[in-house]
Amino acid sequence: MAVEADKPGWAANVDLPALLKEAGLAALVMFGLAISIIGIRTVTITGGLGLEYRWDWVAFSVAVVFAGRFLLALRRETRSPAKRAEREVVMDRIGASVQKAAKVAGPLFIVIAIALPWMPFSNRYIVDIATLVLMYIMLGWGLNIVVGLAGLLDLGYVAFYAVGAYSYALIAVHFDLSFWICLPLAGLFAATFGVILGFPVLRLRGDYLAIVTLGFGEIIRVVLLNWYEFTRGPDGISGIPRPSFFGLPFSRRVQEGEQSFHTFFGLDFSSMHRIMFLYYLILVLALITNFFTLRIRKLPVGRAWEALREDEIACRSLGINPTNTKLTAFAIGAMFGGFAGSFFATRQGFISPESFTFVESAVILAIVVLGGMGSQIGVVIAAVLLIGGTELFRELEQFRMLAFGGAMVLIMVWRPRGLLSHRDPTLRLNDTPKGGTS
Amino acid sequence: MTLAEADSPSHDPHDTTVPSGARPLLTVEHLTMRFGGLVAVNDVSFAAGDAEITAIIGPNGAGKTTLFNCLTGFYKPTVGRLTLDSSGRQHFLERMDDFRIAQKAHVGRTFQNIRLFPAMSVLENLMVAQHNALMVASGYSVFGLLGIGGYRKAEHEAVDYARYWLEQVNLIDRADDNAGDLPYGAQRRLEIARAMCSRPVLLCLDEPAAGLNPRESAELNALLLYIKEKHQIGLLLIEHDMSVVMEISDHIVVLDYGRKISDGTPSFVRGDPTVIRAYLGEEEDDEIPPEVAADLAAEADSGNDGEGR
Repeated sequence: MAVEADKPGWAANVDLPALLKEAGLAALVMFGLAISIIGIRTVTITGGLGLEYRWDWVAFSVAVVFAGRFLLALRRETRSPAKRAEREVVMDRIGASVQKAAKVAGPLFIVIAIALPWMPFSNRYIVDIATLVLMYIMLGWGLNIVVGLAGLLDLGYVAFYAVGAYSYALIAVHFDLSFWICLPLAGLFAATFGVILGFPVLRLRGDYLAIVTLGFGEIIRVVLLNWYEFTRGPDGISGIPRPSFFGLPFSRRVQEGEQSFHTFFGLDFSSMHRIMFLYYLILVLALITNFFTLRIRKLPVGRAWEALREDEIACRSLGINPTNTKLTAFAIGAMFGGFAGSFFATRQGFISPESFTFVESAVILAIVVLGGMGSQIGVVIAAVLLIGGTELFRELEQFRMLAFGGAMVLIMVWRPRGLLSHRDPTLRLNDTPKGGTS
Repeated sequence: MTLAEADSPSHDPHDTTVPSGARPLLTVEHLTMRFGGLVAVNDVSFAAGDAEITAIIGPNGAGKTTLFNCLTGFYKPTVGRLTLDSSGRQHFLERMDDFRIAQKAHVGRTFQNIRLFPAMSVLENLMVAQHNALMVASGYSVFGLLGIGGYRKAEHEAVDYARYWLEQVNLIDRADDNAGDLPYGAQRRLEIARAMCSRPVLLCLDEPAAGLNPRESAELNALLLYIKEKHQIGLLLIEHDMSVVMEISDHIVVLDYGRKISDGTPSFVRGDPTVIRAYLGEEEDDEIPPEVAADLAAEADSGNDGEGR
């Protein structure tokens, strides 16, 4: 493994038996795994479950792993480390230019996003997927504050999403308040939970922090599942009021003396109205998250977050209160999670603890890490790839998670700091290009 | 170890007057720091004058960095009183949290192993140092987010102050580069500039000349003297490089095995036989056998090499 290719001229110098041995080992591991996972399949036969054997699949997967590992090892042996460093530099330059391009392309993207529902090709399905992607973009941007800026690895972000969704649902159902009152309340509750989580984990960093936040996410889910009187447990909460357009509901039937969206504007009723309204709503919420992040990065508290990520002891020596600074990061990240949660609740009309499993946290974190921590445009690209991609390949359902995992491994090997992990200073002294946002 | 008191008859070890007669800025009284059974700093008292450079020297493991960590709040002293007397207000440092010492008492510090924010630009490093003032100016981020109030102006002033310090440490051309990309000597200078940007009344420097070449070392001397003269703040300095210490200090405190063994002007300390003995070893009949002494030194070493992590 440790043989680095410092030898020129490749074919002659490759230790072929060693490579074959390595590939053989990988194939052996794959064989062991494949026997049970791929080779045997349960099928329903008359009178119970039967087994179906698929040895050809096993042989195929072992062959693929053998060939793949061999090629990978060969490539590693024949590629000089200098080239790898060169690639890092090139990728960094690409990251920088994408970041620069994002300044121009950002508004363009926004225009495209606004125009999307009006495009000739767009239909209900596309707008729905776009809404879903935007939800994850918003969650990614929210988590980016905690993970990307403040450097606090949070594996339980979905807890705040859940708190936001449940606060919205419970307040809306029990107190009959409108969406626009419930939304900030849900954000507030989520932020409070952010602080509650923040306090005990103030001294933890890295892996330890990740474990505690993971536990916190699970605690919230288990509480939601078991506190039946309050949350209706696994039954979930249904009949969550749909959002209204400044008091105008999107309903087909209108009660006497009241107006709904389509009667007010003199349109024919169409279920697309609500879908499009939800789409624009999440677009606005996501953009608010983005502009908030971009702005706060340039404020002292944003710089303090980044400084805290870099070196906490140095921060203390400069008089920065680490407790408050970390708690603000947790609270603000959680608040945006809560906003997204209440949007989720109002969109679905029904929520249950099933929607807030660890996998959600993992997906959101994957979006942030894949995009490049701290990169706003990276989150967008990663969310489109991960969420849009998996939705598009829904037919290949069996292989979706495989592709997902494969992509993650590839990124970790190829570019461990994320696709677009380029950081621009928040302000410049020389050649000042002033006033650039986005 | 009662030798120290016996051999410096002109100095009561707990006398806290500054040799030059300057007003004491920092007074350390009976400071003791224990780590379990190990006494890293043992009943040390001294005073550091305002607008003076006070050097703390001593062999490896003498407790210098531990003393610093007590002063800046990274350790809580076991016993002792640390009084900072600036502009008529007294701060008792032993009671304050580390970041409050920097924030309220305005004690700045640098670290033995440089602690910059490597992925942030040089200018941003200096802006972070002005965090508290900017935080107030931005209305604790509320007004800053909304773009109202005087944040813009305050930020401009902060940048100007950062520019001033970048000019002093000769880093103005590299202001927009990442701090982690600077060469070693420049990182040391940047750390001093960063500490100065937090507008301290007392600046504690932990081995600022470590790893510098003679030219850089001379530049550092000039910088420290400039800080003292122009900004009229007290400097407290841990240093091994005697050329730095003897040349610029107004007052030297010598520690050995956690005790103060000498205290006075550079010329006094240079001639003090206790100091010579501590540095060069004793000539005859040691009361401590050498192997025991070595063990003690190693123990003390492991006790305070850390940076307060």
